[in-house]
Amino acid sequence: MEKVGVYDELDNLKATELRLGLPGTEETVSCGKSNKRALPNNTEKEIESTGKTETASPPKAQIVGWPPVRSYRKNNIQTKKNESEGQGNYVKVSMDGAPYLRKIDLTMYKQYPELMKSLENMFKFSVGEYFEREGYKGSDFVPTYEDKDGDWMLVGDVPWEMFVSSCKRLRIMKGSEVKGLGCGV
Amino acid sequence: MTEEDSSAKMSEDVEKYLNLNPPCSSSSSSSSAATFTNKSRNFKSSPPPCPDHVLENVLENVLQFLTSRCDRNAVSLVCRSWYRVEAQTRLEVFIGNCYSLSPARLIHRFKRVRSLVLKGKPRFADFNLMPPNWGAQFSPWVAATAKAYPWLEKVHLKRMFVTDDDLALLAESFPGFKELTLVCCEGFGTSGIAIVANKCRQLKVLDLMESEVTDDELDWISCFPEGETHLESLSFDCIESPINFKALEELVVRSPFLKKLRTNRFVSLEELHRLMVRAPQLTSLGTGSFSPDNVPQGEQQPDYAAAFRACKSIVCLSGFREFRPEYLLAISSVCANLTSLNFSYANISPHMLKPIISNCHNIRVFWALDSIRDEGLQAVAATCKELRELRIFPFDPREDSEGPVSGVGLQAISEGCRKLESILYFCQNMTNGAVTAMSENCPQLTVFRLCIMGRHRPDHVTGKPMDDGFGAIVKNCKKLTRLAVSGLLTDEAFSYIGEYGKLIRTLSVAFAGNSDKALRYVLEGCPKLQKLEIRDSPFGDVGLRSGMHRYSNMRFVWLSSCLISRGGCRGVSHALPNVVVEVFGADGDDDEDTVTGDYVETLYLYRSLDGPRKDAPKFVTIL
Repeated sequence: MEKVGVYDELDNLKATELRLGLPGTEETVSCGKSNKRALPNNTEKEIESTGKTETASPPKAQIVGWPPVRSYRKNNIQTKKNESEGQGNYVKVSMDGAPYLRKIDLTMYKQYPELMKSLENMFKFSVGEYFEREGYKGSDFVPTYEDKDGDWMLVGDVPWEMFVSSCKRLRIMKGSEVKGLGCGV
Repeated sequence: MTEEDSSAKMSEDVEKYLNLNPPCSSSSSSSSAATFTNKSRNFKSSPPPCPDHVLENVLENVLQFLTSRCDRNAVSLVCRSWYRVEAQTRLEVFIGNCYSLSPARLIHRFKRVRSLVLKGKPRFADFNLMPPNWGAQFSPWVAATAKAYPWLEKVHLKRMFVTDDDLALLAESFPGFKELTLVCCEGFGTSGIAIVANKCRQLKVLDLMESEVTDDELDWISCFPEGETHLESLSFDCIESPINFKALEELVVRSPFLKKLRTNRFVSLEELHRLMVRAPQLTSLGTGSFSPDNVPQGEQQPDYAAAFRACKSIVCLSGFREFRPEYLLAISSVCANLTSLNFSYANISPHMLKPIISNCHNIRVFWALDSIRDEGLQAVAATCKELRELRIFPFDPREDSEGPVSGVGLQAISEGCRKLESILYFCQNMTNGAVTAMSENCPQLTVFRLCIMGRHRPDHVTGKPMDDGFGAIVKNCKKLTRLAVSGLLTDEAFSYIGEYGKLIRTLSVAFAGNSDKALRYVLEGCPKLQKLEIRDSPFGDVGLRSGMHRYSNMRFVWLSSCLISRGGCRGVSHALPNVVVEVFGADGDDDEDTVTGDYVETLYLYRSLDGPRKDAPKFVTIL
């Protein structure tokens, strides 16, 4: 049976917290470190916050505490234990235009393609194809992340392990904001 | 006091009472005291006992036979004298909600408690719907009982927060301590367990069930004292850290009374074998990983089947945490005697199940994953005619996973296992037909918990809501005390529950109903309702208000992600001073972007004799 991945309900409540968020308003401008792609300084328009009772049809991502199976049981069913034990590494994920923030556990993935697929499912979009020099092509959406230094980077630029250990949060940028990344739109 | 002593004393008292009161006198108790004094001048015996004392003595002797807490509660309401005597003789106290009274009140009323059962957090806390550090600490209870009941022998806790310090205080304060059971608890680690193991020299039972135990990297098994132990039950299957196997083996060898042993997944099949050989008297065995450490080389592997054959008393099997199918048949020889089998952590296919289950004619309790599929359930139905309790858990607990069990399996069980009393069934799809069939075939059902994992999912054959199925359950299962509903449900389902669910004590609702009417039906219709837990359903203040007449008589009500407002909750708290009304958000943040204004994420209300608790964390507001 496939790994459940991001849909695991784990002990950490914050893992599947649904929150209203204004994506990307706190980001900083990156200074020129040579191996990082710089993001433009964003003066983002405030995205209208939608009320909690907004009737956006809920994506099929998991609801907190549903189905009602205790974490202990979920984590201990055979074959799930074969994965590494660990606290999990939870990062917030926002997408431009989406009303809710999500949280995912990066340790549930082994490589970039798995992560991307999961994000695509979660937010119902597609990222296009990744190219080392040019970034993502073929889509309006670009996955970015904030690293330990506060710089915004393109997801995929660094080796996976380095990414997992340095990623603080993810943001899926859209449209015009993407230009500074040197991606083909 | 032994029975003989007390009845001798009783007849002495009665004699004295009769001698001093002439049969024709019909004096009241107040004047008879004066009569005694005058007449007693002629008697050599000591001052006669007042009739109240005699009566209390008699009552004490009678009440010691009453163990049921319902009976005792009734007795204590008769009059003050009975209340007093009952309080003196209650040995086991059950507290269903630790916040319904203070420890001080407990020790003030009951003076001779030997056994304490305490429950803390409400059940929905198990599903991450309650922020951490909400409460339910054992500390104040152990502190109070340490002073008041030095003879305490048994503590049973469920969903409580227990620290290592609490366990240390327990171990130090109760020299005769015999039984510790911690179910779904957290806050402690192996160091706390080590202290209990070491200091409680009379320990008979140490059972840790589904609790979170931090690994303090301590060899707690070696902390049991040398020499023969009194251990009868040792369950540590939830300890997620390796143990010193040699120490465990030695412990088992010097525990001749050991009947129940539930090991954790760090005990391999070879190690299990060694334990079984040393403890053939076991009645309940948790098999640990059920997987060998080493790849066996031909004849060198131990004879597992022989070890099971030698354990002729085993009636309960669990574990199988990492089982290897090729070894499963080793348990065959005990199958005919098994009354309880728990495969719920093992990915067992129908093919693996059939040869095992076909011998389990005496099974009463069976837990498994839905990996056994409808086919496996049919095999259970064909053989397990004595089945009383069935639990089927999802291997893949997501809304859109494959559904290997369905109404087909449910119906088969209902047709084969007519004595069924309790069922918990996770599935993706269900039909009203199958649920109705169960209601008709299994009239002994007291617990019916059906979880259709897809929210709002209708009958997958007819497309209709699941109202009729659940309606049939409440109508036909006249002994039903616990119900959990799911799937697409309209207010009509709740009207059935209110109309027929007259014995229901616990009701769990999620993603169901259309309006406040549903909640009203239940609150007005179910007189025995004690525990009501509801999430993500369109119930608002009107529905909440409709239960005002009930809340003081209920253990708790939980409403989360519904449509209630702060104002509505405040209304309840103002109207019912002996009910504590707590509101909080789901994640305990103090963030501005979570709960604001009037919206209430979670309402948890419960009756309390001692008012609101003083240990509520910041994120909880008590209205």
